[in-house]
Amino acid sequence: MESRPPVGAPTPAEVRVLDGAVGRRHDPVDSRVIRRGPDRRHLLLPSLHALQDGIGWISPEALAALCERLEVPRAEAFGVATFYALLRTEAGPRTVVHVCDDIACRVHPGYRDPAEHTGHHRGEQVGVHPSPCLGQCDRAPALFVQRAGDDAARWTATGSVADALAGEGAAEAPPRVVAAGPAWLTGRIGVVDPTSLEEYRAHGGYQALRVALAMGPEAVLREIADSGLRGRGGAAFPTGVKWRAVAASAQRDRYVVCNADESEPGTFKDRVLLEGDPFALVESMTIAGVTVGASQGYVYIRGEYAGAEERIIAAVEQARRHGLLGSDVAGSGLTFDIDVRRGAGAYICGEETALFNSLEGYRGEPRSKPPFPTEVGLFGRPTVVNNVETLHNVPVILGCGAAGFRAVGTAESPGTKLFSVAGDVSGPGVYEVPFGTPLGELLALAGAPVSPGAVLLGGAAGVFVPPGASDVPLTFEDVRAAELTLGSGSVTVFGDAADIGDIVERITEFFRDESCGQCVPCRVGTVRQNEAIVRLRSGSAQPGDADLLDDLDTVMSDASICGLGHTAAAAVGSARRLGLLDGAGARR
Amino acid sequence: MSNPVPVGIPRRKVAVRIDGAERSAAEGCTILDVCRDAGVEVPTICWDPTITPVNACRVCVVELEGSRTLVPACSRRVTEGMEIRTGGDRVRASRRMVLELLASSVDLSRAEADILRWLEEYGTDPERHGPDRARVTEPVRRHDELYVRDYDRCVLCYKCVDACGTEAQYTFAIAVAGRGFDARISTEYDVELPESACVYCGNCIGVCPTGALIFTREYDLRESGRFDPEAQAVTTTVCPYCGVGCNLELHTQDDEIFRVTSPQDHEVTSGHLCIKGRFGFEYAGGRRREQREGADPATEASPQA
Repeated sequence: MESRPPVGAPTPAEVRVLDGAVGRRHDPVDSRVIRRGPDRRHLLLPSLHALQDGIGWISPEALAALCERLEVPRAEAFGVATFYALLRTEAGPRTVVHVCDDIACRVHPGYRDPAEHTGHHRGEQVGVHPSPCLGQCDRAPALFVQRAGDDAARWTATGSVADALAGEGAAEAPPRVVAAGPAWLTGRIGVVDPTSLEEYRAHGGYQALRVALAMGPEAVLREIADSGLRGRGGAAFPTGVKWRAVAASAQRDRYVVCNADESEPGTFKDRVLLEGDPFALVESMTIAGVTVGASQGYVYIRGEYAGAEERIIAAVEQARRHGLLGSDVAGSGLTFDIDVRRGAGAYICGEETALFNSLEGYRGEPRSKPPFPTEVGLFGRPTVVNNVETLHNVPVILGCGAAGFRAVGTAESPGTKLFSVAGDVSGPGVYEVPFGTPLGELLALAGAPVSPGAVLLGGAAGVFVPPGASDVPLTFEDVRAAELTLGSGSVTVFGDAADIGDIVERITEFFRDESCGQCVPCRVGTVRQNEAIVRLRSGSAQPGDADLLDDLDTVMSDASICGLGHTAAAAVGSARRLGLLDGAGARR
Repeated sequence: MSNPVPVGIPRRKVAVRIDGAERSAAEGCTILDVCRDAGVEVPTICWDPTITPVNACRVCVVELEGSRTLVPACSRRVTEGMEIRTGGDRVRASRRMVLELLASSVDLSRAEADILRWLEEYGTDPERHGPDRARVTEPVRRHDELYVRDYDRCVLCYKCVDACGTEAQYTFAIAVAGRGFDARISTEYDVELPESACVYCGNCIGVCPTGALIFTREYDLRESGRFDPEAQAVTTTVCPYCGVGCNLELHTQDDEIFRVTSPQDHEVTSGHLCIKGRFGFEYAGGRRREQREGADPATEASPQA
């Protein structure tokens, strides 16, 4: 351990926050604190959150005190604290409003540039920060408020900064959820009270867990594999293969992680699931846990999803109280419990290995693969990591059987898919459609203009859709054949009047801001790509800029460590191929 | 390299192909190990023989049959039947861009000779990224007579962080802070080194490939334009301070020590030293006393007086 030069003492308020977050250092009753070793480092991010919420920033004194309690080097903890957008290491206003200026919000008629918003509210200075997509595209223009202090609170809002500040505790408008076909994933949303375990059970909840316990792990694994379920987070990996690998591991400690760090611009379907049907996630994770032999699960939810976090925490607590989590899950004698962990504003933490690092108390930098998470995952143990939507499919499959699941969708893409449709559409919301539904039908369902200026499929990491692609069936195989991607299942529509050059520039800025900085192709490449697009849009493009963008595309997609770098040039490339940037320089 | 002591079960051999030629390699080797054995040059920046590879720089990428993307040779372990291509347009294109992106953002003029050679060989053109491109701009941190931190030259290879941490020193005085292009090597809150956990072992300087971390004497020589490799010598000796027996390499110009290293293949040090071996060379230069302010050479003969 490092030598620790003396620093000043933390304030009494900071000490109180730390006592609450990690226990008192010299409390003889609290046996947790005398244990040595690296096993408490995972409390670093929750503790930094506690300081941010309670004090408003992380002071050098508080950080040093925290590091002493957790036995984490100060420099490393500082590296972690400065990695996240929602944590501050300098004192500032106790209330900060994050104003979304990302692709879906900036085309909304009510959108105002964050720079135009006032920084004062009722005589108190308020920080106003531009923010990447807040996952509230159906409630555009979206904002997120962080208030620190004894009355700490976080909430989301729609409208202006003034609206947001006045809107604490106000109920958000219910999301628009439409199912064209079986409402397998969305059937309970808006129908049942998401805070009531009773209602969840009355609407079919926890039947799948009973089925799973009766069938036994082997049969569940077979059913999931036979269903052909593929991951909904973007990579479309067969879920059954993942589960089987972890279940077959020789290691005893295993984990189930739900990736609820939904941060792809234009995507909000996981938020709607978490807010509207949180018990389904708890049940799905429990099934995963008892099937692969894990006794601990984690939900890693993005820090901006304050409402969804509250729902999922409440659901976990209720399930625990009713014996559906804990040391005897539903009377089976099996142990499984869930811990909810909050992200702190970093798109990269949606990458599964970056998520593990973040959860373990390290910087959210992706790891090299192989080894894959099924082998070396969270805390170095075999780990099932699934997206929220993927997990929501599990009770469906156990309910109707693999054959019943395959009756909907296509052979390679069975089941239904959620799409987050937003932008210039009359009905922004979450659409559950059978795989194979043509893109045009989905657009019509959401009230998109007949001939939009552009449609972006899969968010910032996705691609612009060529005109005439409305017949493409939305399946993994068909979009691949059409050189498109489903990605996270977001469909962002831009009307005729939208400045697509501005959207493309915002996407390059997004990657520049969200690159973790670990590998050279992405750390510098995203910056150079952004600069080249800015040059193009301002009419000062250099003669070789087209080649330069091609070369950046090559190095980022071929030599980056993770998916962020691999896809950072995808949208730009598709926009260039479709001629969406032609004349961009002349526009200004 | 020191000879490994054979213990445990002998490692199985796996057959791989490097640029079409069949090679046999011990299981667990990296692609880089096999390439070096085969005499195939693979450029590396963040790799170091004494440090677990972090594969962050990506200049060592090679083509692996069946892989959608290129793979880092420094950390990817060989498995049976791997078909690897280390040349070709695809590999060269990514390597050229990695080198070019680095050169476009930081000052590589004091980088290792190999890096400078690769910049030429791969045909990099940093200037095409425009005159207004973002660069790393940090003040030179020259706070004492031991070493200087000149982060305008830092390529974020993580070597100093790892040498300070679990790969050598277990001091943990520095880490990467910030994110993306703004990520920097930093102490907590960027406090100066004496207020940090730094113990001045200088192992970070020993592994820095670009001159971002440098002995103050060498820095001053270079800044004043007096740095002259022609007038330099390296003397190998043993550290006199304790009984461990670390080998030292004293780099001198005009009989003045400006840098101290230890051979990376030395079995005691693996290239790492402590503050005494690294910086405790003041006594070796007799001229210091004569230069002491107010000191009269005539009275130097009887310092007790």
